[in-house]
Amino acid sequence: MSNRKINMKEKYSLLTRDLEWEYSYRDYKEIFPQEEFEGIKITDWSKWEDPFRLTMDAYWKYQAEKEKKLYAILDAFAQNNGQQNVTDARYVNAIKLFLTGISPGEHQAAMGFGHVGRQLGGVGARVACQMQAIDELRHVQTQIHAMSHYNKFFDGFQDFPHMHDRVWYLSVPKSFFDDARTAGPFEYMVAIGFSFEYVLTNLLFVPFMSGAAYNGDMATVTFGFSAQSDEARHMTLGLEIIKFLLEQHPDNVPIVQRWINKWFWRGTRMLALVAMMMDYMLPNKVMSWQEAWEVYFEEAGGSLFKDLARYGIEMPAYAKTAIAEKEHISHQAWSIFYNYGHAAAFHTWMPTEEEMDWLSEKYPNTFDKYYRPRFEKWREMEAAGERFYNPTLPMLCQTCQIPMGFTDMEDPTSTSYRQSEYDGERYNFCSDGCKDIFDYEPEKYVQSWLPVHQIYQGNCGGPDIEDVLGDYYKINLGVDNMDFHGSPDEQRWNAWHNLPSAEEKLKRAS
Amino acid sequence: MSKAYIALQDNEESHYIVEAIEEDNPTATVIYQPAMIRIENEGSLVIKRETVEDKMGRDWEIQALHVNLITLGGNVDEDDDQFSLTWKQ
Repeated sequence: MSNRKINMKEKYSLLTRDLEWEYSYRDYKEIFPQEEFEGIKITDWSKWEDPFRLTMDAYWKYQAEKEKKLYAILDAFAQNNGQQNVTDARYVNAIKLFLTGISPGEHQAAMGFGHVGRQLGGVGARVACQMQAIDELRHVQTQIHAMSHYNKFFDGFQDFPHMHDRVWYLSVPKSFFDDARTAGPFEYMVAIGFSFEYVLTNLLFVPFMSGAAYNGDMATVTFGFSAQSDEARHMTLGLEIIKFLLEQHPDNVPIVQRWINKWFWRGTRMLALVAMMMDYMLPNKVMSWQEAWEVYFEEAGGSLFKDLARYGIEMPAYAKTAIAEKEHISHQAWSIFYNYGHAAAFHTWMPTEEEMDWLSEKYPNTFDKYYRPRFEKWREMEAAGERFYNPTLPMLCQTCQIPMGFTDMEDPTSTSYRQSEYDGERYNFCSDGCKDIFDYEPEKYVQSWLPVHQIYQGNCGGPDIEDVLGDYYKINLGVDNMDFHGSPDEQRWNAWHNLPSAEEKLKRAS
Repeated sequence: MSKAYIALQDNEESHYIVEAIEEDNPTATVIYQPAMIRIENEGSLVIKRETVEDKMGRDWEIQALHVNLITLGGNVDEDDDQFSLTWKQ
């Protein structure tokens, strides 16, 4: 026996490839029944290369170290009343949206990678999926754990899994992951592993988390960066799966390109939520959504797609539309939520004068021209005691499920609206991207669970909208919803910091 | 050319890694942002175990990078002695 220490490459080979065996008494297709139906051709799984060469023993070692660091900080945050040291109680609403909208997606990703890992014939890919499934489970657990502290002091956190399955805006991320998980294994890998992880998650976990740090939220930045350190590995896996599929067979190229187009667009739509979190929900600003988009999509994504050009892969279709939308999307998304602030489980508000000035400076081509006048009008209405709430239910896009509030980039004052007919029924879309996704697989998307349709069909309780919001969504009416100004969250915050209440401020002014 | 980049959590251990990266990649740009440090370089970026060990004054495994890593851009190549990011175009 030699005591020679084996190197990383040998260890990786022994602890992954060497776990595989020959299937001698069962047919390969019986063991991996989903490997062919999407049209992807795999000729040789041994060509799979995992650049990180992480083995299970090293994985546990480093993940344990990450967890210890994370929990030391979460404990310190709780012990030192960290919730009182964030910049402003408005900020906590971004965290409510994170817990209800994003963390359940981590759980969906864990389930997805668990499933897909079983379906891929190559052992290297299976081991990588197994680690990613465990990572995603770790993310949802640490996120719930970190945010449970806020639940003790702020409203709107209490029923997040119940809400995730029902509430109108949470159907946006929920349907995104449902769509990916009901696709075949290779589409799932391109959807979540590549398009989402590589191209888009940086926008959520890097600039937003840096912003959380800048707003005194030590707990969130720590779980965010701890999660993103796994994402770096996931991104690498995502890029690997793409290169592997493209190298295996030229017939794979158009299939992969179609999936990239689809999932880039679906991901971009979902990130409208993150855009407004960045521009409207961080009282201390690090960078605008537009700036983050330029660094993490245009620059980093641009390098990536230049690198993939040698395989015949192009920039995602509608990247141009998404790039034009960077100057609009956060303002439009925030307007939608302000309109429906009575129907959301977090608070909305109009930006202060200073914040509007920051938006004008960061969005010189669009904010003053299209959005500031509307916001100033809403602010006047609020001052006059007539805070605007939209009493109707919005039409939703059949694909992304976002209310039809986005506009055409050629004419930013008119709503972007597309239609398709299928089987005698008319379907509505917010964009060419969403319409194309539907048109390619209409039989899938006609089944979409659209919250507004479901309310009108009587499937969400009722008859009044308050019954839907209170009984079916479990929003504590008058507590979790409505404007931040006048909310119990605001009152508690002011009491902690000996700040005057809104009424006292008014009295003093008069 | 495209920029290869890496972002690390802004902490004591990372400061040594950043020092090592600056030494091994003289053209790299280091950008400090709240709670994070982003290092970018045209075409490629390399982290060498030996240089990091030299800065830290102790043994350091390449895979320990995972503990402080936030994100990266480029094709990864990793072995016992170095970790590199490159764009091939």
